[in-house]
Amino acid sequence: MHELSITQSIVDAVCERADGRPVRTVRIRVGILTAVVPDSMRFCFDLTTAGTVAEGAQLEIDQPPGTAHCRACEKDFALPDLVLLCPCGSADVAITSGQELQIVSMRVG
Amino acid sequence: MPHAHPHDHDQVRDAPSGGGETITLEQRVLGKNEELAARNRSWLAERDIVAVNLMSSPGAGKTTLLERTVRDLTGRRRPVAVIEGDQETTLDAERIRRAGGAVVQVNTGAGCHLDAEMVQGALTTLAPDGGSLVLVENVGNLVCPALFDLGERSRAVIISVTEGTDKPLKYPYMFAVADLVIINKVDLLPYVDFDTDQCVRYARSVNPDLRVLTLSATTGEGLDDWYDWLDARS
Ligand SMILES: [Zn+2]
Repeated sequence: MHELSITQSIVDAVCERADGRPVRTVRIRVGILTAVVPDSMRFCFDLTTAGTVAEGAQLEIDQPPGTAHCRACEKDFALPDLVLLCPCGSADVAITSGQELQIVSMRVG
Repeated sequence: MPHAHPHDHDQVRDAPSGGGETITLEQRVLGKNEELAARNRSWLAERDIVAVNLMSSPGAGKTTLLERTVRDLTGRRRPVAVIEGDQETTLDAERIRRAGGAVVQVNTGAGCHLDAEMVQGALTTLAPDGGSLVLVENVGNLVCPALFDLGERSRAVIISVTEGTDKPLKYPYMFAVADLVIINKVDLLPYVDFDTDQCVRYARSVNPDLRVLTLSATTGEGLDDWYDWLDARS
């Protein structure tokens, strides 16, 4: 359950920036092509915020879909999983979204 | 502007549902680990130490391969040292020590992966000689270790023919970040239902650049290719 250590690092970063103010909302971005399960993160978020300034905060998760660019046909296409294959048949593709793992913003006060 | 909304201005800083200040962070969740990994990477490079991160599910034969590798390479090429990641026990570390390798054990407790900070601590304790080969045995699972850069030179995933042919599709993240796949226990191929070519096709569908080696850590078949691959990291 790497979600625990990942969520812990989010909570650490958020509490540091909150500088003592109560945190109401934390917004993160977790692409669907990362090995991170949002439901596990929510569970871990409640655990790791307990006793911190972020206790009771709401976790909002944006999940960018997977997209890729094909170097053979120069088209962009949807990528539902990590199997790198363009509809044109080429495997020479570059992932352009879906691998984000970022803390976007938070609301304090 | 006849229709200007009275609280348009407030929305810049405040959420419409009342109070508080929105702080934009836009920072990478694993940024701290990545900084530490970069520090490990330059520490290793300054000493001409080659670190290879070995990952597998439990039972793939990773410790047997390591034991054999340490025994075969000790005194022949670079000095070999091992960082052994394990949730609880020190049994694997003892096996490596008996094989003649310098070893340090990192117990992760409940943790399911090594991170750059643990490796930094392990390197300090291990104090490998300049020019060493450091083999890092990650905690046995095919998901969590995929996300954590340790500062290693290369990553190898070990699977065995007693596992499903479709392992690369079930655990694509691991295969996506690997440089090499080792298919172990090929001596058992006559007795199991494993399609090596299909497994390789699956693995390359998530990572076209993947190198693949087939070997048996028990019989020694194919080990020279593994040692050549390690040499080529240097
Ligand atoms: Zn295409």
